[in-house]
Amino acid sequence: MGMDRRDFIKLAGLSTLLGLGGNSALELLRPGQVAAALEAKPEALTAKRWAMVVDMRQLDEQTAQKCTAACRQVHNVPDFGNPIDPAMKISDADKVRWEIKWIWTAPYDNAFPGDEQEYMDEKVKDLKFLLLCNHCDNPPCVRVCPTKATFRREDGIVMMDMHRCIGCRFCMAACPFSARSFNWKDPRPYIKKEFPDYPTREIGVVEKCTFCNERLANGLMPACVVASQGALAFGDLRDPKSKVRELLDSNFTIRRKPFLGTNPQVYYIV
Amino acid sequence: MLENAFTGTKRYYGLLAILAGLFALGFFFYLKQLTTGLGITGMGRDVSWGLYIAQFTYLVGVAASAVMVVLPYYLHNYKAFGRVTILGEFLAVSAVIMCVTFVMVDMGRPDRVLNVFKYPTPNSVMFWDIIVLNGYLLLNILIGWNVLECERHDVPPPGWVKFLIYVSIPWAISIHTVTAFLYAGLPGRGYWLTAIMAPRFLSSAFAAGPSLLVLLCLLVRKYTRFDPGRDQIQSLAKIVTYATLINVFFFFCEIFTVFYSQIPDHLMHFKYLFWGLDGFGRLVPFMWFSIIGMTIAALLLVNPKFRQDETTLAVLCGMVIITTWIDKGLGLMTGGFVPNPLEKITEYWPTVPEALIALGIWALGFLILTILYKVAVSIKEEVRA
Repeated sequence: MGMDRRDFIKLAGLSTLLGLGGNSALELLRPGQVAAALEAKPEALTAKRWAMVVDMRQLDEQTAQKCTAACRQVHNVPDFGNPIDPAMKISDADKVRWEIKWIWTAPYDNAFPGDEQEYMDEKVKDLKFLLLCNHCDNPPCVRVCPTKATFRREDGIVMMDMHRCIGCRFCMAACPFSARSFNWKDPRPYIKKEFPDYPTREIGVVEKCTFCNERLANGLMPACVVASQGALAFGDLRDPKSKVRELLDSNFTIRRKPFLGTNPQVYYIV
Repeated sequence: MLENAFTGTKRYYGLLAILAGLFALGFFFYLKQLTTGLGITGMGRDVSWGLYIAQFTYLVGVAASAVMVVLPYYLHNYKAFGRVTILGEFLAVSAVIMCVTFVMVDMGRPDRVLNVFKYPTPNSVMFWDIIVLNGYLLLNILIGWNVLECERHDVPPPGWVKFLIYVSIPWAISIHTVTAFLYAGLPGRGYWLTAIMAPRFLSSAFAAGPSLLVLLCLLVRKYTRFDPGRDQIQSLAKIVTYATLINVFFFFCEIFTVFYSQIPDHLMHFKYLFWGLDGFGRLVPFMWFSIIGMTIAALLLVNPKFRQDETTLAVLCGMVIITTWIDKGLGLMTGGFVPNPLEKITEYWPTVPEALIALGIWALGFLILTILYKVAVSIKEEVRA
């Protein structure tokens, strides 16, 4: 933009004195540039309604582990069982309490409570279902957030602004899928290899899966989808030719707790 | 009027010093919580609200219960309560201050709390709760202070104060209703998803708050030259009696629906609290003590013999305070979060720092209450002299 940090601060300060915001100063200097920077890159992946299909026929435990590992790596999700400094080891109980989960696995009974079958296929019962935020159409977490720090985008992604979050955890009480995590402890000493393109978090804010909005903006599919070797499909629900629609139109799928009316947008083929 | 807060006996200053010391202790641990995070508490991803929010909920009830002395006096012209309305209002002031402080210490990022006003979000019940709580605090400070000032100068309170008093009556109901709505509108939390939550909150509030007020009246009579009056205490006792009875009744309404329908989503929380689930049952003895104790206290209070004897009355009021506190201060949060939405069990128990921070806030509340009561009692003594 041809303006260094120093000039920017000077200009922003000056324009604030003149009663203009920093944004208007930039507008005066380089009209249109700010708006342009906010527009999507040409390579960005866009959709009217993002959705995911988890094909459990193709998802073995090893692949599921790859998905969670890929997510963990590109989002700097801490591993409390694996501190940088071995002296910072914590108890198993604390690991359970403080765990940050964006995408994780659970057996059928925990993934689909209320839909337990007394007699069911042993294979399905023991499957490790991949669980993540359902990016509900009617998200209770968004309904309860007192600062709009969590909000629903036009394309259906339930986003999380970790810089606005006050850490009240109302969203965690509201989410029926335990898909939200709070930073009970400084996560940084528990991230062995930091991924430079994504921020690490401070204590006191809530975080969750965002369908890799930062990767979509750069034309990349979500990290878990890439790692899944075809077991996870991701695409536009409104596009009849998309992979997700193709799968939904030709397979019987289930969703987690649809009876609660949140309208989850992660579908499972069992 | 405030000058009365600075002239007192050694006992008065001693009490203030003890409370200030406890507050300082809690504050020390809060500073630790600020730097190391809420991991210092017993909360976690499954039980994500604990002692702090439970105390907040309980104290909203105590604050709302001021309406039980204000309403009979101002709407029904029940003259006797004229002597104790100020005690109810000042109790509400200190209770709301405790509420707000408990919410603050529960925040992950208290430095950002003003975001609630910067980005007002009317679809969030918390937004409304903040409005009604702060409004109620302001109402009670304005009303209490002005009415006391008028009493001192022997003039009737001005019209605008009267207006605020009438506003404060439905407002008191609203603070506990909105607080119940924080919980009662969440899908997937079977323990809280009940339409009788707000009524239950109010009945337990009108049991616990006036019970506390009875004890405070007895203390004021014992340690000052101002007597809140036997009739006043007896009227409060009747309020406690019926509110406790209604509270027990509401509880059994809840129990009926849950146990007769046998819908697991609702049932499992009650099973956890009262019988334990999969070998976890830390709260079982507390919950039984709470419901049995509350029922016995209610039944004994019905008997005029126990109610009219101020010693047994004090014991029974203490019982009501403890049993409603267990119900709301321990059972409500943990019961709502255990088992979690994936039907896994992680139990909760507050840590020592967490308990000391909570104790510090209670001390702060009672410090403010002591000062406010000192002012009120001094004016009452002055007027009578």
